[in-house]
Amino acid sequence: MSKFMTVMMHTYRSKIKSKPFLITTLITIGLLFVITNMNEITKMFGEDEASKIGVIDRTGETLPALQAQLKQTNDDLKPEAFTKSESEAEKAVLDGKIEGLLILDRDASGIITGTYKAEDVTQQSLIADVELALQQIKNKSAAESIGLNQEQLAAIYSPVTFAKESLSDLAKSEEEAAQVYILVYVVLFFMYMAVMMYGSMIAVEVATEKSSRVMEILISSVSPVTQMFGKIFGIVLVALTQLALFIAGGFLAVKLNGQLSGSESIINELKLNEIPASLMIYALVFFILGFFLYATLFAMLGSLISRVEEVNNLMTPVVIVIVAAFMIAMFGRENPESGFVAAASYFPLFTPMLMLLRVGMLSLPVWEVALGISVLVGAIFLFAIIGARVYRGGVLMYGNAPSLKLFKQALLLSKQEKKNTTDV
Amino acid sequence: MLTINEVRKQFGSFTAVDGINLQIPKGEIFGLLGANGAGKTTTFRMILGLLTPSQGRITWNDKEISYETSDLIGYLPEERGLYPKLTVREQLIYLGQLRGMTRSQIQEQTNKWLQRFGAEEYLNKKVEALSKGNQQKIQFIAAVLHRPELLILDEPFSGLDPVNVELLKSAVHELKKEGTTIVFSSHRMEHVEELCQHLCIMHRGKSVVQGNLKEIKRSFGKKNVSVKADFNLTYLKDTAGVIKHRTTGDGIILQVEREEVAQDLFRAIQSKGFVRKFELEEPSLNDIFIEKVGVVHE
Repeated sequence: MSKFMTVMMHTYRSKIKSKPFLITTLITIGLLFVITNMNEITKMFGEDEASKIGVIDRTGETLPALQAQLKQTNDDLKPEAFTKSESEAEKAVLDGKIEGLLILDRDASGIITGTYKAEDVTQQSLIADVELALQQIKNKSAAESIGLNQEQLAAIYSPVTFAKESLSDLAKSEEEAAQVYILVYVVLFFMYMAVMMYGSMIAVEVATEKSSRVMEILISSVSPVTQMFGKIFGIVLVALTQLALFIAGGFLAVKLNGQLSGSESIINELKLNEIPASLMIYALVFFILGFFLYATLFAMLGSLISRVEEVNNLMTPVVIVIVAAFMIAMFGRENPESGFVAAASYFPLFTPMLMLLRVGMLSLPVWEVALGISVLVGAIFLFAIIGARVYRGGVLMYGNAPSLKLFKQALLLSKQEKKNTTDV
Repeated sequence: MLTINEVRKQFGSFTAVDGINLQIPKGEIFGLLGANGAGKTTTFRMILGLLTPSQGRITWNDKEISYETSDLIGYLPEERGLYPKLTVREQLIYLGQLRGMTRSQIQEQTNKWLQRFGAEEYLNKKVEALSKGNQQKIQFIAAVLHRPELLILDEPFSGLDPVNVELLKSAVHELKKEGTTIVFSSHRMEHVEELCQHLCIMHRGKSVVQGNLKEIKRSFGKKNVSVKADFNLTYLKDTAGVIKHRTTGDGIILQVEREEVAQDLFRAIQSKGFVRKFELEEPSLNDIFIEKVGVVHE
C-alpha cells in the first residue's frame, strides 16, 4: 500500500468510526424521515379543530352569505350567530369559548361593515380570510344595489389574461427556473454544510496532529504534501459516504411517505425528476470541485495553527465567503443575467454556487461553463501548490495565533525546502 | 555511515547550525551534546530531511536523505507526540505502515517490544490513558519498529524514572549490537559517557569539541582529585595548580591542572589525620562541557 493510500485510509477509517460522524449521520437521516413525512405526522395528532367565530349580525341578513362564502374558502372557520349581548360575547372570547367575535353592521350609506374582536389579532390568515369573504359579499350587494346582473358582475371580476414569454435565447421557462432554483438551493445548502463540517474536520485533523506533536514523526516518514492530500482525499471519501447515506435515507423516507399517504411522492410534486440530466451532472461536478477548493484552503489554514481551539478563528472568514456566495445567489435568482452575477461567478470561491445558478437559469454557451470549470480547477491547483508549501513550513512552526505574518513565515520556511516537494 | 559535511542552516538572519562536520560509522552510538538552543534539533531535522541545509550536504551511505530513504530511518522527537485518541495498536500499525511495513510485520515487532518493556497490557489502551513514561516507551517502539538502519533519538531519557532509563539503555545497546547506527542527544552527561564512544558538543550552532570520548578526556588535561578524610580539607584549595574545588558531604573534589599536582596534594594531607579516600580521576564529561560551553543552561 502506498503511503498516500495509508494516510487516506487511516483518515477515512478513524473518521467513519468516530462518534460525531455516527451521531450526525443518524440525526440527519432521522430528520429527513420526519420532514418528508410531516403530513402523516401531523395527521397523527388529529385534525385541527375548526375555529368558532361568534357573529352578531345587526344587518340581519349577511350571516348566511358569509357562512356560504367561508365554506368555499376556509372550511375550518365556522361563523355562528351569537344571540347574547356584545359584552357577553367579548367575555366568551376571553374565556376561549369562541375564537373571535365579528360584528356586522351597515354604515350611514348602507354599506356592510365588519368589526373583528379577538383575544389578540395576530392570527393574520384567519382574519384575512374573514375580511376577504366580507369584501366579496359587500361587492356583490353593492353591485346588486346598482342593478348589475350576475354576468356583468362576473365580467368585472374575472381576472385578466396575462401570459409571460421570454424572447431571449438565454432565458428558460418559469417552471424550469423553479426546478433549477431548488437544485441550486440544495447544492448551496450541501456546500455550506460540507464546508462547515468537513472543512473544520480537516483543519482540526491537522491541528490535532500538530498540537499532539505526532506531526514530527509523520513528516519524517511521509512528505507533508503526500500527507496533506492523503488527508484531504480521506475526508472527501468520508463526505461522499455520508452523502450517499443521506441520499439513500432520503429516498427511503420519500418511498415510505408515498406508501403511507398513497399519494404522489414529493419528487413528482416538485417535478424534480424532470430536471435535465446535464444539470445534475453540472451540480455534481461543481459540488466536488468546490469541495476540493475549500478542503485545500482549510488544510493550508489548519497547518498554520498549533492548537485545536484556534480552528474557530479560521472558520469565520471562510463562512463569511460562503454566506456572501449564498447572498449573491439569492440576488442572482431574480437577476440571473446581471453582469455582477456573471463577473462574480468567475471568482473561484464563488464559482461552484454562482456558475451552477447561471447554468441552470440561463442557457449559457458551453465556453462559459468550460471557462468557469477551468477557473475552478486552476484555483484548486494554485491553492494546492501554495497550501503544500505553507503546510511544509507550517507544520514545523508552533506558537502565535494565525496571522498574515505567520503565513509569510511558513512560506519562507518552505521556500528553502522546495527541493523535497518534488518527492510527492 | 552518516556523513555531515560543512552543514549550515540559516533561518533568516539567524544561524542555527554553523558549519558542522561529522562522520558517524555504522553501528556506532554517537552523542550530540549541547545546551538548549545549541542547534541539536535543527541538526536532527536536517539529517531526517525535514529541513534542507542552507549549505553543505548530509548523506547516509553516500546517498542523499529524502523520503525515498525514510524507511531506513527511525526518529524519536524531543517533543513526544502520539495520537491521544488511538489505541497503542492502531497507533503502531499506522506509524509502521508509514515506514513501509506490512501489518503482520508490525504485529510481530509490536509484540516483541511490548513484551520486552513489560507493557503488553497496554496494547488496546488509548494512549491518553497511559502514564508519561509508558507513552515514551510506545514512542520509542514507534521509532524502532521498522528496524531502522539509522536511529535518531532526541533526548530519549528525559522524563523517565531510573528503572525505565535502564530499560531503554539496554534496548539501545542491543540495537547497536544488531548493527543500528544511533545518534542521540542528551544533556545528561552520565548517559552520554555510558553509551557513546564518540560525541560532539555543540554551542550556538558550532561544534566546540568532537571526537572519541577517551581522547577528549585525555586531551582535556585537567583531572579531578577526590579526597575524603576525617579533618577539614578546604585549605587544599589554596595549593598551587588547583583550579576549582567543590565540597561534597564528607570530602572535597579538586580540579587540578596536571597529574603532578595530585602528588603535592597527597603530601599536604599525609600527616594531618585519617584519610579515607584519595583518588585521581579522569575529568567527567560534565567538567568538559562546562569548561567548553561556559554554563550548562543558558
